[in-house]
Amino acid sequence: MAAVIEVRDLRRTYKTNTGVFRRRALQVEAVRGISLEVGQGELFGLLGPNGAGKTTTIKMLITLLLPTAGEARVLGLDVVHQAREVRKRIGYVFGGDRGLYERLSAYDNLRYFAELYGVTGRAQRARIDEVLELVGLTGREQERVEGYSRGMRQRLHIARGIIHDPELVFLDEPTIGVDPVGARDLRSTIGGLVAAGKTVLLTTHYMFEADTLCDRIAVIACGRLVAQGTPRELKGHVVDRTVLEVEVFGIDDATVRRVRTLPGVTSVSVEDRDQAQVLTIQSPHGLELTSALTACLGEVQLGRIAAREPTLEDAYVALVTESAT
Amino acid sequence: MRSYLRIIRVGLLLRVCEFSISRGFLLMAVIQPIIFASIAFYLFKAGGRSGTLLYASLGAGMMGIWSSTLFGSGGALQWNRWQGTLELLVGAPPPFIVVLVPLTLATSVTGAYAIFATLLWGRAFFGVPLHFAHPWAFALAVPAGVLSLGLMGLLMASSFVLYRHANALSNLLEYPVWVATGLLFPIALLPGWVRPLSWLLAPTWGIEAIRHSALGQGAVWFPMAMCAVVGVAYFSLATIFLGIFERLARAHATLSLT
Repeated sequence: MAAVIEVRDLRRTYKTNTGVFRRRALQVEAVRGISLEVGQGELFGLLGPNGAGKTTTIKMLITLLLPTAGEARVLGLDVVHQAREVRKRIGYVFGGDRGLYERLSAYDNLRYFAELYGVTGRAQRARIDEVLELVGLTGREQERVEGYSRGMRQRLHIARGIIHDPELVFLDEPTIGVDPVGARDLRSTIGGLVAAGKTVLLTTHYMFEADTLCDRIAVIACGRLVAQGTPRELKGHVVDRTVLEVEVFGIDDATVRRVRTLPGVTSVSVEDRDQAQVLTIQSPHGLELTSALTACLGEVQLGRIAAREPTLEDAYVALVTESAT
Repeated sequence: MRSYLRIIRVGLLLRVCEFSISRGFLLMAVIQPIIFASIAFYLFKAGGRSGTLLYASLGAGMMGIWSSTLFGSGGALQWNRWQGTLELLVGAPPPFIVVLVPLTLATSVTGAYAIFATLLWGRAFFGVPLHFAHPWAFALAVPAGVLSLGLMGLLMASSFVLYRHANALSNLLEYPVWVATGLLFPIALLPGWVRPLSWLLAPTWGIEAIRHSALGQGAVWFPMAMCAVVGVAYFSLATIFLGIFERLARAHATLSLT
């Protein structure tokens, strides 16, 4: 499979200043030597916590940021010295509400970007109709974007990103903040892009999304590549573990820290769910943890306790946690 | 080349459309010139120079175009940065100057309304006579002035790409340019050292071309030619600066807010 994206030891440092009278220069290493390859027709996922360097990596690949060091080639072109050629052949979509002309209609937004990407004349109208159909916005294209829901905006973002029929599409958290039904439709649209022969690089926080969509995944933490492989290969990282989900009410940080120090516990994460919190605890397969855990939780009110097989999310949590220690 | 002209045409059309439904911009574009004109009329009347009301009216109109260009060019880029579209524009395949030209031209084209508004306001409420010495030259001088101001806006906007808060300069530049370019009163009244500075500024030549064609008090074609000369100079400098600033913005990560 030919490599569409080739990244070698890519680095990016941000320089900022702090203080008013005694200004001090600060350097933040957002990306610290990432190397990866994405093959033609692949849907490649880039996973990582907030601030891991996913968006910075994408922005370097789409030529909006210059790397501090290293090399990146997109479709065989250097992203620093052949930026204009790269731009013609890629599409990109950022998640969130921003990135559209609010006062213009969806059709005018698409028309403008079609012009910028050289889709002109008769082909323009047909292509706009085609992408509107693909993202399910047909019939709503004359409405101003300011009246659109978040899901509709996201779909319009995707339509804008593929208006010129690019070979390679970068999607940076395209389903963020979208309701479950809208997110499912967007995932179906993304699947459609790959079915149409495009290569897609996707960043997302939603593990089931990555598990469902991606052929291969790279996990980034603190600007470094922690692991890379198919979802099955990444799950293999925690195949020898058991995951215990414990519903608790009003647990404090000190108790969570105590749970982390229990013998055999490899990782602990806490998620708020309405009034309760859910502790997700990973430990080696076969280890009996329940009695030690209930003793450790002491006065904390317990709800449901369930053991289950590890998922991609557990593998991700384990990889990110281990990389931080 | 043809595709670049198409981008400029469609971009200009959509920008004017966007501005025309922006209440803030419309308020500034519609109300401000009328206020300028009224103040100018009263000043000139108080000075016992009622014969120069057309002179004042045209100056007030040009002040409106300048304000619209100044705030529009800086504001439009900043607005693009806020709404996350600046990165999309920079990341598009055409040279950034092609994308930016319609943005700044749209602000001065929208601002051109000011000159007609002040003339009509003056005629309706202050009895300003609308007799133009060279009507055809006037019809050419207005677009020449608008175009050269738009290109001056382009030059300023090039710095706004690099610096997130550069449009704060807009507040500093509004009044000095009114004074230095003779929009309020003749440049001859200013100290000698200001004159060479005023020659570099498009509003000087724009207002001279418009006033001479309307009042018939001097050469029309020379200031109009100077509008073209400074316009070309602004465009050339903006092209060079944008190339440098775009690269610096990619290096310093100033294209987005985050």
